[in-house]
Amino acid sequence: MNNGHMIETRDLRKIYRVGEVEIPALRGVDLAVAPGEFLSIVGPSGSGKSTLFHIIGALTPPTSGEVYVAGKDLSKLSDAERTRLRKRTVSFVFQKFNLLPNLTARANIAVARYIGGNPAEPGAEFEELLRLLGISNRLDHKPSALSGGEQQRVAIARAIVNHPAILLADEPTGNLDTENSQAVLAVLRDLNNRLGQTILMITHNPEAAAYGHRTVHMRDGRIIESVG
Amino acid sequence: MTGTLVLENLKHRPMRSLLSLLLMGVPVTLILALVGLTQGMLQDARERQRGVGADVVVHGTAATSAVAFTGAPLPEGYVDVIEKQPHVKLAMGVLNHNIDLPLVIFGIDIKKFDQMNGGFTYLEGHTFQGPDDILVDRLYASQKHLHVGDAISLMGHNWHVAGIVESGKLARIAVPLATLQDLDAAHNHVTSIFVQADNPSNADLLAEELKKLIPDASVNTMADIVAMYSSNNIPGVKEFTLVIMVLGVIIGFLVVYLSMYMSVLQRTREIGILKSLGASKGFILAIIQIEAVVLAIGGTILGVIMSFGVWWLIRTLVPASIPMIIVPWWWPIAGAITLVGALLGALYPGLSAASHDPIEALAYE
Repeated sequence: MNNGHMIETRDLRKIYRVGEVEIPALRGVDLAVAPGEFLSIVGPSGSGKSTLFHIIGALTPPTSGEVYVAGKDLSKLSDAERTRLRKRTVSFVFQKFNLLPNLTARANIAVARYIGGNPAEPGAEFEELLRLLGISNRLDHKPSALSGGEQQRVAIARAIVNHPAILLADEPTGNLDTENSQAVLAVLRDLNNRLGQTILMITHNPEAAAYGHRTVHMRDGRIIESVG
Repeated sequence: MTGTLVLENLKHRPMRSLLSLLLMGVPVTLILALVGLTQGMLQDARERQRGVGADVVVHGTAATSAVAFTGAPLPEGYVDVIEKQPHVKLAMGVLNHNIDLPLVIFGIDIKKFDQMNGGFTYLEGHTFQGPDDILVDRLYASQKHLHVGDAISLMGHNWHVAGIVESGKLARIAVPLATLQDLDAAHNHVTSIFVQADNPSNADLLAEELKKLIPDASVNTMADIVAMYSSNNIPGVKEFTLVIMVLGVIIGFLVVYLSMYMSVLQRTREIGILKSLGASKGFILAIIQIEAVVLAIGGTILGVIMSFGVWWLIRTLVPASIPMIIVPWWWPIAGAITLVGALLGALYPGLSAASHDPIEALAYE
């Protein structure tokens, strides 16, 4: 299974066990995402959006079903292989930014580059990207000295520094005001256009979802609608 | 980059880092102080024995002690007998009386003492001029704040400080032999006899002859006596040092274990972030282990610095009783002990961090 898709899932299921109780988070998700597609995923809390993200991002294995990411069958990968996938193929942008608080913005980006096995200094192209993100002059500050919008733009810079094929953004504007939200969404769309990265974005906000090429609606662990 | 992560983590919680360093430094200081005390006392004893200028020493044995019922088992008459033997240049009887161990009062025949080694170097005052005169060395004078002319009570007897001498020749505290014999009821008896050979190369030959002459005494060359002042020959010192070293490992282990355990707990989310970036288990474990190594190195440096503090304190307060020295070649040993404890202590927290579930770690508040 691949069919030219960057991401493809079939009958994907995930069940969490809390003591004796089984909680189904995904109840058979079929999804195909083309390379370079910007896909928005919307749905209420508990609809399974984040679980789908975690599986595609190789943070957790599925209970059953098939999931292919960049040609790899994630259900068959070991823990170490999934770690390698996160290092080179998939990267994340989180609602809470998730920058390392002890490090400057520059060091946060450098850590990602180091873990990804790339040379310490990114190239001129990346410097240009930092200028586009508007954080060139904020790189020597720690996260506590940056605004929410700046932190999220640093998180985006960190996510793309290793040129991953897929960018997973989990409510990237959830903690931002309208102005910063629009700026971050514009950056994501620009990155998608400029670098051709496949982007999956979870959002509650229909306006934010409209930045994507297509919007998928989830409810109760299933995809109920795909628009666009 | 790993170094930046480790250093920034340590800097981020300076009080905990500082306390960890301090706690890891304590066993290093304990080890270095113990070794410094042992080596210092042995070195001091060796130097003072050598300073007598004798080549052979005759001591009483258990048998002679039992006969004499005293710490002065050798008849003083042996001194004259020994002096008449071939290859003997000079013999000198000495009476010892232990006060506050390791301090000992030596009753000496000052004329023979002067002949044997050129005598004390006087920093203040002069030699004995009366039976109640006492000579003390620089360290004992410093410890007891004594000056020439002061009165001092030892063994229930009042002494007059006649002179303060440079250390390194047999005694920290010396009194006339006859006075000490009176006080100890050891008339015409001595504890040991120091014998100077006509030529130092005859020491072994002379020792053999004296063994034949006084078979119930213990006869040793000065070279043998000096060689005996080794920590290996003092019962219990080796074992005690080992116990302190094991304690060092255990303390290092516990300090790092608790510090790293707390650190890993507080950094759960950060570990989740690193994992989401693709950090392997080995990378996470390495960060924790390197942090432990940094703490161990810092703790060792602090421990060495604190050992200088202990050295200064002891030299200021009790320089005569405890002649501690600094033993630099034990620094790496103490460091290695701390490092072993730290690496062991960081192992479980490190493995625990490495095996965190990234999703749970990212959700940790």
